[in-house]
Amino acid sequence: MRFARFPALLIKEFRQILRDPSALLIAFVLPIILLFLFGYAISFDIRQVKIGVALQDDGAPAQSLATAYRTSRWFEVTQAHELAELEPDLIAGHLRGIVVIPADFSARLEAGDREVTIQVITDGAQPNTASFVANYVEGVRATWARAWAEDHGQVRPAVLSFVPRFWFNAELTSRDFLVPGAIAVVMAMIGTLLTALVVAREWERGTMEALLATPVGMAELLASKVLPYFLLGLGSMAMCTTLAVTLFDVPFRGSALGLGALSMAFLMPALGQGLWISAITKNQFVASQLALVLGFLPSMMLSGFVFEIASMPAPVRAVTYIVPARYLVPSLQTVFVVGDIWPMFWRAIGVLLLFGLGFFLLAIRATKRRVA
Amino acid sequence: MTGAPDRPAARLSRVTRRFGKAAVPALDQVSLQIRAGRMTGLVGPDGAGKTTMIRLLAGLLDPDEGEVEVLGSPAVSADRSRIGYMPQRFGLYEDLTVIENLRLYARLRGLAAESRQQRFDRLLDFTDLRRFQSRLAGNLSGGMKQKLGLACALVETPDLLLLDEPGVGVDPLSRRELWGMVQQLLTDGIAVLWSTAYLDEAAQCDEVFLLNEGRLIYGGPPQDLTREAEGATYRLAAQGLARRQLLSRLADREEVRDATIQGAALRLLMAPGAPPPSGALAVPPRFEDAFVARMGGGPGGRSALAESYPEVPDTGAPAIEAEGLTRRFGSFTAASDIRFTVPRGEIFGLLGPNGAGKSTTFKMLCGLLHPSAGRGRVAGHDLGHARAAARQSLGYMAQKFSLYGDLSVRQNLSFFAGVYGLAGAGRRRAMERMTEIFHLGPYLKQNAGGLPLGVRQRLSLACAVMHEPPVLFLDEPTSGVDPIVRREFWTHINGLVQRGVTVLVTTHFMEEAEYCDRILVIYRAEQIALGSPDQLKAEAAGTGGLSDPTLEDAFVALIEARETAVGRAGAAA
Repeated sequence: MRFARFPALLIKEFRQILRDPSALLIAFVLPIILLFLFGYAISFDIRQVKIGVALQDDGAPAQSLATAYRTSRWFEVTQAHELAELEPDLIAGHLRGIVVIPADFSARLEAGDREVTIQVITDGAQPNTASFVANYVEGVRATWARAWAEDHGQVRPAVLSFVPRFWFNAELTSRDFLVPGAIAVVMAMIGTLLTALVVAREWERGTMEALLATPVGMAELLASKVLPYFLLGLGSMAMCTTLAVTLFDVPFRGSALGLGALSMAFLMPALGQGLWISAITKNQFVASQLALVLGFLPSMMLSGFVFEIASMPAPVRAVTYIVPARYLVPSLQTVFVVGDIWPMFWRAIGVLLLFGLGFFLLAIRATKRRVA
Repeated sequence: MTGAPDRPAARLSRVTRRFGKAAVPALDQVSLQIRAGRMTGLVGPDGAGKTTMIRLLAGLLDPDEGEVEVLGSPAVSADRSRIGYMPQRFGLYEDLTVIENLRLYARLRGLAAESRQQRFDRLLDFTDLRRFQSRLAGNLSGGMKQKLGLACALVETPDLLLLDEPGVGVDPLSRRELWGMVQQLLTDGIAVLWSTAYLDEAAQCDEVFLLNEGRLIYGGPPQDLTREAEGATYRLAAQGLARRQLLSRLADREEVRDATIQGAALRLLMAPGAPPPSGALAVPPRFEDAFVARMGGGPGGRSALAESYPEVPDTGAPAIEAEGLTRRFGSFTAASDIRFTVPRGEIFGLLGPNGAGKSTTFKMLCGLLHPSAGRGRVAGHDLGHARAAARQSLGYMAQKFSLYGDLSVRQNLSFFAGVYGLAGAGRRRAMERMTEIFHLGPYLKQNAGGLPLGVRQRLSLACAVMHEPPVLFLDEPTSGVDPIVRREFWTHINGLVQRGVTVLVTTHFMEEAEYCDRILVIYRAEQIALGSPDQLKAEAAGTGGLSDPTLEDAFVALIEARETAVGRAGAAA
């Protein structure tokens, strides 16, 4: 007869999931929203920045340089004759920078002047974009200058040339590492938030009291809360991966086995944390707040997914070691863009399982068979 | 079923249980025995320790001192499959259907699969829930939820059944059915502990335990306790409105220990040996009389609130008018053509089973719900186009929801004063007045959620009357509170009515309904009877052939008569 209890609890839990739109919303709609957000809306790449080019010189070299800017894939150029015509747009924020090609540019260049300069004005209110504009303006100028020199027989063979190669993500597309990172955050969210809510809900509605008065064991009860959400988490992970690969063209170079092993290991601390939050709060509102603060935010900010851990101040960096997502994010990014690197995965899986064990122990300690 | 007949199903020996740093223990050195085959009642004022005791028996709490023994072993390690427990909040899964709830609890209690269907059939017939078995538990009415909760506690016939206030918020009809169901079980030889705030239920038990402030002050057959009030109970006829003044005067007398209104008459409990007022007729005592006597008697008849309340001017216009109020939700009609008029200074009651349309009518008159047809007026203001003015002239009080649990008493008072437009010195004065009248001084800084129920009750009333409205709406105002607190509450209401305040009240407590001048009975969205409590009783005596029915008898008879009439009409069509 004992065997009837656990399936009964499981069936109950699945029924509740299917009837409660909010659980399905969190498991399947929220991930899609987050993926779209990270896949499309947020990007650390910059393409087609709007700049102005003030071409004060009519000479051929100046025209040629301006054309180089216009045809560059990085810029969308508004051309004018005077700086004053472009200034208002820079102030209004329509332009991110202005390149000024001075009136004596062609003359000095053709005279062989080595110190010919152009001016770049950028919008310091947005420092990242400003430095991007400055660097790329210089890059375009240098390329153009080399080509011009070659055309005019002033070739000086390069003594040393620097050719950067980016491995695994040759295009440096931020989406390729943002989307796997987003999946980690989604999993942290589902695991922690859903379990935190469901146990608290039993306390709030008084069903916990009735359950505790039946012969149900605490272990059975906790297990019946974990298993459905474990499966839901894996389902959500599969959906996210499919979306990432088909819709966002993120490469998937590892194996399903590697991805599966990592996600299962990560769900342990996530679910354990949820159970623990639920057991100590017994209140859905507080539980959801705590799940956001302890589950979602650290996974987002401190996992290395958005902000690089190496560039964090030492105390913050120390905190990241207790964020389970920190161990998942690099492995997840690896399984997508690099492939299966098992030594790395084993370490991550080991650490995650340890975290999971810790949270489950906390949860069991906090869940008592008493109502007071 | 339970071994030797003389062995109790459960036993408490010198049990003490404290919560936190509270000075008074929730249970203090309580010893008692619960026997099989008997209905054991557990009564006492709020906070007396009833729920604590039931939780101890269910093994959900540990005693600080003493022993709790259930079915031969300590409660915490007792065989839970032999205990049926129905917590105050049912423990139902609202997003599971009736039959799914039953199945869940059957499997959790380890009911053998073979006997399951047979058991479900019996329980579904027993509770009359067969028609609703695929309905979600969350969509059942209050009475049906109670019955399902009971069915879940009974999926496997337990040896000990613990019921924590199964009658709260349930109409008299459903309550009688519930009682009948449990009575049937006793023949199987199980032990039942029934905790209740309804003293008429307690009077029908085989044995009663009376708790007060954590101490057991009586244990034994209820008749023995009732006998303590023998020769001290009287009925004093009074005419019309005069009965309220009479009540205020008599309740203040030293020799009157308790006075309540019963229709057109007063019921009095005299101090031992004191002579009754002239014209009073001796009546048999009730359990409630003895209970109140043991609690130190009812409150006095003076209401400090009423004394400082401004007299509501008599304009000659009715205070509340309902002209054919109708409300439809889709194809479902929740209230149909409700019409009544309440003159100034009257207490008007709305009665009806759970889900009959009382609350819908009530909400339309508060301006919380737009009628689909018909009109409502409060203090002369039309709810259709002068809703703000109508709301300003009414005070609203519900037992549940009306206070902010995590605001302090002072903050609640200040908030409600602000809501009703009191500001500056006016607000301060109103708050001081309420604090003084309702003795809230010691609680001002405490959160309303943690107050004893009686104090919360006073605070609710204070918040509703702060702006001195001429009309008061009370929605099950004393549900779940004990008789003493209820009397205190009605002392204030009586006083206010004498100052010309008009009161509209819904209730499931018939003692409360007795205070009404007139009562409207609503059943299945329609009004089926309107009259004074005595008129309704007389009507029921005529149709139901009852002699000297109580108001509850009358209520049940009226609804049953309607049911058969509708049934016949249905059969004819």
